[in-house]
Amino acid sequence: MKRAVRMLGTTILGAALALGLSVAAPSAQTLKKVQDRGALMCGVSQGLPGFSSPDDKGNWTGFDVDVCRAIAAAIFNDPAKVKFLPLSAKDRFIALQSGEIDVLARNSTWTSSRDSSQGITFTAVNYYDGQGFMVRKSLKVNSALELNGASVCVQTGTTSELNLADYFRANNMKYEVIAFVTADETVKAYEAGRCDAFGTDVSQLYAEKLKLSNPGDHVILPEIISKEPLAPAVRRGDDQWLALVKWVQFAMLDAEELGVSSKTVDEALKSPQPEIKRLLGTEGTYGEQLGLTKDWVVRIVKHVGNYGEAYDRNVGTGSKLGISRGLNRLWTKGGIQYAPPIR
Amino acid sequence: MRRRSGNDGVETPPLAAVIYNPQVRSALYQLVLVLALVWLGYQFALNAAANLGARNIASGLGFFHNSAGFGINFSLIPYDETDTYGRAFLVGLLNTLLVSGVGIVLATLLGFMVGIGRLSSNWLVARIAGGYVELIRNLPLLFQILFWYLAVLGTLPGPRQSLSIFGTIFINNRGFVVPAFRLEEGFVYVWAALVLGVLATIALGLWARRVRERTGRMIPILWKAAALILGLPLATFLAAGLPIEVDLPRIQGFNFIGGTRIVPEFVALLIALSTYTASFIAEVVRAGILAVPRGQSEAGLALGLRRGQLLRLVLIPQALRIIVPPLTNQYLNLTKNSSLAVAIGYPDLFAVFAGTTLNQTGQAIEIIAITMAVYLSLSLVTSVLMNWYNSRVGLVDR
Repeated sequence: MKRAVRMLGTTILGAALALGLSVAAPSAQTLKKVQDRGALMCGVSQGLPGFSSPDDKGNWTGFDVDVCRAIAAAIFNDPAKVKFLPLSAKDRFIALQSGEIDVLARNSTWTSSRDSSQGITFTAVNYYDGQGFMVRKSLKVNSALELNGASVCVQTGTTSELNLADYFRANNMKYEVIAFVTADETVKAYEAGRCDAFGTDVSQLYAEKLKLSNPGDHVILPEIISKEPLAPAVRRGDDQWLALVKWVQFAMLDAEELGVSSKTVDEALKSPQPEIKRLLGTEGTYGEQLGLTKDWVVRIVKHVGNYGEAYDRNVGTGSKLGISRGLNRLWTKGGIQYAPPIR
Repeated sequence: MRRRSGNDGVETPPLAAVIYNPQVRSALYQLVLVLALVWLGYQFALNAAANLGARNIASGLGFFHNSAGFGINFSLIPYDETDTYGRAFLVGLLNTLLVSGVGIVLATLLGFMVGIGRLSSNWLVARIAGGYVELIRNLPLLFQILFWYLAVLGTLPGPRQSLSIFGTIFINNRGFVVPAFRLEEGFVYVWAALVLGVLATIALGLWARRVRERTGRMIPILWKAAALILGLPLATFLAAGLPIEVDLPRIQGFNFIGGTRIVPEFVALLIALSTYTASFIAEVVRAGILAVPRGQSEAGLALGLRRGQLLRLVLIPQALRIIVPPLTNQYLNLTKNSSLAVAIGYPDLFAVFAGTTLNQTGQAIEIIAITMAVYLSLSLVTSVLMNWYNSRVGLVDR
């Protein structure tokens, strides 16, 4: 079914490109389209706890979901005006190219080839990640370097598949790779013992571990074998839209840096500090320059919170995943999350 | 060419005669249509390339020479991550051909057995065959593939607790590990003996047929043929001092090393595809046999043919004419259905090429077009072969 839909999407994309119809014309149209539609179309994963997954009432929550909610809050002053489209790793970029979605927030790694040849542009890194491995405790493996000869399950069409090949080759180890289309199939095969190790981004390992029937029997190995800067992406060619998405992300980081959170935002509006005044639009027209309103950051922070709040709620200590901030701490606190200033 | 037009006796000028010639005209129309279609296709391609360029999406077939960078766990030809996308494409294509080819053979054998079994006068055999057909053909194929993969092969023990058959064949949830054989130099004599045996059997068969046609005396050649085809190479094999090296599998680390491993993805897909298609083939075979007039069986029995002979010499040759065209459909279905491999991670053409390669390169249009062309070619080749076979077994009009 999924395959058929993708094939259909590709065929339509191909036909439209061939006929020269204006599919998602690469011009400053996306914002207007979103406003006319009254909702943002957001591509997310098929269910990755902490990043994007539906709860028991069908509401999508997660760190990536919050990026889309923040954009919707900035445009509509309503974080609920988002339609989520779950996509497999294989289908995600095609959905963006063909105009099915306006923004892809789906734990996708920013790489040069994706940025240059797939008709998409990454906005800003919202999560610095790296690839790791999960194994059974009973194997008594303490390091990824002890995995010589192992069978490894990965998800197809991901950077994990490539990093895996690089890592084993670089360390002169043999391996067997079994690649599945969806994360669920991959985890199921790992749990059934088809493979010794499951390899993907560490954040995803934490999330998938929760889904296993006996999470305590599994351990995530300490090695990080790759750089995985996860970033949302937009269709190439619409610079206004690119700037908007990028600055929604930056605004959340700047808000955290300036100590503006969903709880303190009302108070902060009275702040005399020039940086906070510019951030919250009590001074200057920075929001209007982006095609938004003056109080765009107030809307974002009120509805979604700042970067730190979103992190804690979804993947950090306030969540089931409990991943420490690590690299994703602000630059002022020893991490590498650093946003350009609003001015 | 000069022609006299019908009844008025006036001579038509030569050019007009050519234009009004219905054959020339229809050829002209067809030519114009073909040219228009080619032009249209060319414009589509140009337009697509220009639009892709404008959106900064890579296009063209240059990626075939780029290094693929991903591993594939089951390959008939040597392959590693440093090889090109072109080679990965070939690996996927061969995997598709392997599972379809073996699947077609197994499905045909099983299908004929079940189809004939369903017509058996033995109550139990007929019921079992009937039950098989009704159960298997009415369940979705994807469900059956997942059943075999997860519920049957997935529940096998891990490598260290493998089921072992005489310490040479090991069965576990990573697949079937069998000894690998490396042929030594002396093995060439065994091949020679095999060729000799086959040739001798053919000669024997021709002679037996000649005798039968001339005298009507049946000469049973089964045992002689077996001795020639199996016995002769075996004797040579022993005489040449066992020119073969056996590589027994043994466990080391996580998995077995040595031997040859057949991955469970392949086994699950093969079982599901062949049993599923066999249930349809069984019905085709049954219909074919039932369509042969009853008088033919009666005539055969009256001639004193035994049940097996009747089936082999009278019924099946006539039934084949009816069976072959729908059988072709089943073969095409099996080949196309093999793309469901993607559900269990068997690296077939669809998974490797229209899956991983598409995602790494982002060149959806080229890759989907090539994949469609490959499946189309496979189907057309199968059709051509089956049509040729059909014309051979078909009724010859005299």
